[in-house]
Amino acid sequence: MSLLELRDVTRTVIPPDQPALTILNGVDLTVEPGDRISIVGRSGSGKSTLLNLLGLLDMPTSGLLTFDDRPVKSYSGAARDRVRGAQIGFVFQQFNLLPGRTALENVAMPLLYAEGKAFWRRKKLAAEMLDEVGLGNRMDSMPDRLSGGEQQRVAIARSLVRGPRLILADEPTGALDLDTGSSVMQLIDDVATRTGAALVTITHDPAIASRARDHFRLDRGVLTRVDEVELATASEALS
Amino acid sequence: MRRAFTSLVGAVIEAWQELRVHRTRVLLSLIGVAVAVCSLTTVVALGGIVQQANEELSERQSGRPASLYVSAYSNDGAPVDSSTMDATWSETLARYDIDYGSRVMQTTQAVPFTTGVVQVQTQAVDQPYGEMHRVRLSEGAWFGPDDDDLLAPTLVVNQIFWERLGSPDLKTHPTVELGAQGGSPGTTAVIVGVYPVASYETEPAMFMLVDHLAAMKAASSTVAVEDPYAGSTQYEMWVPPAISDQLMEIVKRDFSSALATPGGGTGGIQVDVYRQDYAQYGDDPFLVTKLVVGGIAVLVLLLGALGLVNIALVTVKQRVREIGIRRSFGATAGRVFFAVMMESVVATIAAGAVGVIAAILIVQNPFTMDLVGQGLVSDFPPFPAEAALLGLLAATVVGALAGLLPALVAVRVKVIDAIRY
Repeated sequence: MSLLELRDVTRTVIPPDQPALTILNGVDLTVEPGDRISIVGRSGSGKSTLLNLLGLLDMPTSGLLTFDDRPVKSYSGAARDRVRGAQIGFVFQQFNLLPGRTALENVAMPLLYAEGKAFWRRKKLAAEMLDEVGLGNRMDSMPDRLSGGEQQRVAIARSLVRGPRLILADEPTGALDLDTGSSVMQLIDDVATRTGAALVTITHDPAIASRARDHFRLDRGVLTRVDEVELATASEALS
Repeated sequence: MRRAFTSLVGAVIEAWQELRVHRTRVLLSLIGVAVAVCSLTTVVALGGIVQQANEELSERQSGRPASLYVSAYSNDGAPVDSSTMDATWSETLARYDIDYGSRVMQTTQAVPFTTGVVQVQTQAVDQPYGEMHRVRLSEGAWFGPDDDDLLAPTLVVNQIFWERLGSPDLKTHPTVELGAQGGSPGTTAVIVGVYPVASYETEPAMFMLVDHLAAMKAASSTVAVEDPYAGSTQYEMWVPPAISDQLMEIVKRDFSSALATPGGGTGGIQVDVYRQDYAQYGDDPFLVTKLVVGGIAVLVLLLGALGLVNIALVTVKQRVREIGIRRSFGATAGRVFFAVMMESVVATIAAGAVGVIAAILIVQNPFTMDLVGQGLVSDFPPFPAEAALLGLLAATVVGALAGLLPALVAVRVKVIDAIRY
């Protein structure tokens, strides 16, 4: 049973007064639980659109997109949002922590959209998760008081606090130096391994991409599986 | 159900966090709302006091609803027999079990002050008059039910009268001589109460009981006969408004038959029973006042709301990224809409509460009461609960309306675009 599957997916947009523009064309991708997938691509290659689809934030123009083998089209908008909140965790390049909230409040934020015990015990769960990423002593710190690496670790704790089965990392080390980026990726890998979550990383950093087991390249809306050698070539071309 | 509850609690928590984080902006934007709600509540509450003042003034002059006046006059101008009138009046009150009835006579009494003898405007009334006309006292007490039996007349005088006597302590039973003329002695009367005066009153005046006045007349023929201002007796009763129309007809019939000549006719005597209280003019004689006051209040509130919508719209555009982040972590469009709305509502309710408290402080302080009441209001109404509720309700509605547009903008945010750019 696949976690997420895209079968011959296209995404077309119609700009005003212009002909239709195909952003993604015939994309096939299967994400199984525990997978490690990297996707590299230039700016404008359709990475954002693909991220939208993988995160159930957008619907394909044609083709099939399933989550837990159920066509995403069959979900209502609110149900899709709830599945996303419960099953998918996002890690962003710019961390995207909420300003003015402490690290603890940032990590607890996704639990505001949970139900039952997870909702009522959100502070405890958030504190445990911060402890897990090594920030147990920075819970009350505001984001602007944290280093880049610490901010990204808070963001990781936030994306994992609801125990997602799929982690979507969008250029997770793009705003970090090499060493910090490496340790952050190691952390994401470790947590994903421990929880059994699948990890899809969108990046143009060959070092980050090479951590994955399956590699894809997105070029002009077409997604192609590449091996380690092709990945290195593709990454060189990107850099 | 459980989901709806956690959603509601979650939205309130989100809204509260948002308000806390952006407290300076929120505070500035809400000043307008707080001022508007304060104005609305104050205007409504003051309107209530003004209305109360108007009512009390009317009631002091013409009695409370429903006050029936009985008068009789002969077509040929001959005086109507006052003893028959008095007897019929007493029988009528007893027959219909009317507790509040009073005869009223306007007269003057010569009162010697240190500055000389002054003809003091005097209203001779029966004991229930005080309650019927809301006579409030600043010192002492109104006439008691058994004062008629006292040998010396009792007086309730106005503040000016009392001050001209040197503001004596009423516990010492201060007295004045009524009707003393030339070397002849007058009647010694005891002052039992003092009533305050409106700012425009400048002359001494007083109340005394009709029976005392009658006794004084009997004792000295000079008292009323020589009084050029003495008027005829008015008869007044305070009855439940619901039965007033029916009672008017019955009382008129009874008086007409009592005053009829032995031959059966009324002998040209006309009996009138009529109302003079303010409530006779319609269901709500203060409707115009209320409409004007309400109109001003709504206008003030609209201006406050407009300012809030303006700021809320600008703010939500600055928060597109944050909304995108929340959506990516599972916030549904409905939840985002509700949270943004709730933020506005929570904030305006808080501002509304502040506005209402400020209004209470403004309205319920002695300075305002004096200014608005002008010494005319005896029963200052407590701060009207409906004004406070109206203020909070208005704040909530303004919050919901002001939150609507930003909330609509918020749900249209494109998530990944908001986060990445």
